[in-house]
Amino acid sequence: MPDINPFVIFMASIFTNNMILANFLGMCSFIAVSKEIKTAWGLGQAVTFVLTGTSIINYLIYHYVLVPFNLEYLRFIVFIILIAAFVQLVEMIVERYLPTLYYSLGIFLPLITVNCAILGVSLFMIIRQYSLLQSAAFGIGSGIGWTLAIVALAGIRQKIKNAPVPKGLEGAGITLIITGLMALAFIGFSGIVSVQ
Amino acid sequence: MAVIVQTVFIMSAIAGILALALTLANLYIANYGECKIVINNDKELVVDGGSTLLSTLNEMEIYLPSACGGKGTCGLCTCKILEGGGPVLPTETPFFTKEELEDNMRLSCQVKVKQDMQLGIPEDLLNAKKYEAVVEFIKDETNTIKLLRFKITDGQEIEFKAGQYVQLLAPPYPGNPESVYRAYSVASSAQEKDAIELIIGYVAEGLVTTYVHQHLSKGDEVSFNGPFGDFYLRDSDCEIIMVAIGTGIAPIRSILYQMKDQQIERKATFFFGARTQKDLVCADEMYEFEKTIPNFNFRPVLSREPEDSDWKGDRGRVTDSIQKYIEEGVEQEAYMCGSPVMIESAVGELKKKQIPEEKIYYDEFG
Repeated sequence: MPDINPFVIFMASIFTNNMILANFLGMCSFIAVSKEIKTAWGLGQAVTFVLTGTSIINYLIYHYVLVPFNLEYLRFIVFIILIAAFVQLVEMIVERYLPTLYYSLGIFLPLITVNCAILGVSLFMIIRQYSLLQSAAFGIGSGIGWTLAIVALAGIRQKIKNAPVPKGLEGAGITLIITGLMALAFIGFSGIVSVQ
Repeated sequence: MAVIVQTVFIMSAIAGILALALTLANLYIANYGECKIVINNDKELVVDGGSTLLSTLNEMEIYLPSACGGKGTCGLCTCKILEGGGPVLPTETPFFTKEELEDNMRLSCQVKVKQDMQLGIPEDLLNAKKYEAVVEFIKDETNTIKLLRFKITDGQEIEFKAGQYVQLLAPPYPGNPESVYRAYSVASSAQEKDAIELIIGYVAEGLVTTYVHQHLSKGDEVSFNGPFGDFYLRDSDCEIIMVAIGTGIAPIRSILYQMKDQQIERKATFFFGARTQKDLVCADEMYEFEKTIPNFNFRPVLSREPEDSDWKGDRGRVTDSIQKYIEEGVEQEAYMCGSPVMIESAVGELKKKQIPEEKIYYDEFG
C-alpha cells in the first residue's frame, strides 16, 4: 500500500492525473455530450456519483470477497456487472426525479456503464494497491476531474458555436483539437503533485 | 472440483445480490403505482403510472389527436397539465409559444404519468372514440384522389359535426414498420351514423396515403378515432363563402350535406379550385347540390385547363374568383380547407373584401 495522503490522491486525480486529459479515458461521452454546459454538468454529476459508488463497492468486493477466495482473476467480470447494476440504479433515479436531465442525456446515461473512466478507476486502484480511503478519494477525485474537464469543454464549445470554424473541422474535429489543447494546458498542473 | 463449485457459487451470489437490489429498486423507484388523473375538474380516472400520458389516456379511451403516433414530431397531442406534469422537456418547447407554456400546455406524448395529475382537455375531444369498420367501397375520383366509404362494424354510432375530422390508423405494412395515424376530414353526411366517407389524395411517400392507395381494398378492416376539430358550420344568418382546393372538398361536402338535410336557406357560394376538369372531385354531386340546397352556388375554377377546351367556367385560382364574385359590405363568413399556401392567400383576399378575420374559419392540411 503506497503511503500517500488520500487528499493528495484526490487533488492529483482532478488535476495532474485527470481521467480524460491525462489518461484519455471516457472520451466518447466527453465528445458527444459536451455541447451544452447544463447537460455536461448533469452527466458529470452522474459519472461522479457512479465513480464514487463503484470505486468503494468494487474495493470492498475485491478485498473482502475475491482476494480471500483467490478469485482475483474474476475481477473484470465482477467489476463490470457491478458498474452495470449501479448505472441501472442511477438511471431509475434520474428518470424518476430529474426527467429533464433524463431526456437531455438520452442514450449516454446507460452508456456510462461502459465508460472506460469508470472501469479504469476500479482497475487502477487495484494495480496501485490503494487503501479503502485512498480508493474513495481516487474515485471522487476522478469524477470531479472528469466533470471539470467536460464542463470546461462544453463552455469552450458554447463560446465557439458561432465562430468561423473551417468547414472540415466543424463538430467533432474542432472538439478533438480543443481537447488536445486542454490536455496541454493541464500539463501545467503536473508539477503540483505527482502520484503513480 | 471444490474450486469450481466455490467460484460458481460466489459469482452467483454476487449476481444474485445485485439482481435483488435492482428488483427492489424497480419495485420502489421505477414503480409509479396507481395515479389519479382528474380531467377538467370533473372526470376522475385511476391509472397505472409509468407510461406516457398519451398512451395512458388512449387506454382509458380518451383519444387525443396525434398524427405522428407519439414521437413528438407533429405537436397535435397537446393538453393542459395543471398539476403533476413535471418540468417541461426540451422535446416539447419547440411546439409552444411562451404564452402557451405559461398556460401549462404540454405534449401528452412526452409527459409520463408519475403522480396524480390535473388535466384540462377540450370537451369535444372527450367525445372522441375509437371505431372499427370495413371498407364498403373505394371509388377513384381522379388519378390521385380516392373516395372511401367505411362501414362501422363494432355496433357504435358516430356523432360528429359536419366539417370535423377523424384519424385513420394505418397498421404496419411492407415498407412501414409502425402503425401511424393521420387526420382526414369526414366527407359524408353527419346524419349517417353507421358509416363515414373520406376523400384521400395520394402523397408520394405519405405513410397512410400509401396504405390507402396501395394496400387497402374493399372488405378490409380499418380502424379510426374521432371526431376532432373545430371546423364546422356556425349558426348565424349571414352569407356563407366556402373555399377549397383538391381533397379540401371533403369537409365542405359534409357541410353541404348538412345544408341539404336541414334545408338551410342562407346564401352560399363554394369556390373550388382544381387544375383541370378531370381534377374536379365530386363535381356531379356539387351541381346536384345546387338544385337541392335552396341558395347554393358552385363555382369551380381551373388553373391548368387548356385554353382551347370546352370549359366555360372560371379559369385561374380561387383567389381570382374571390376577387371577382365576392361583394363588399355584406355580412359574410368564410369556411376554407386546403393547403397552408392557399389558405394564407385566400385569407388575404377575403380581408380585402372587409370580411373580419374572426369570421374566417379554416382547416389546413400540410
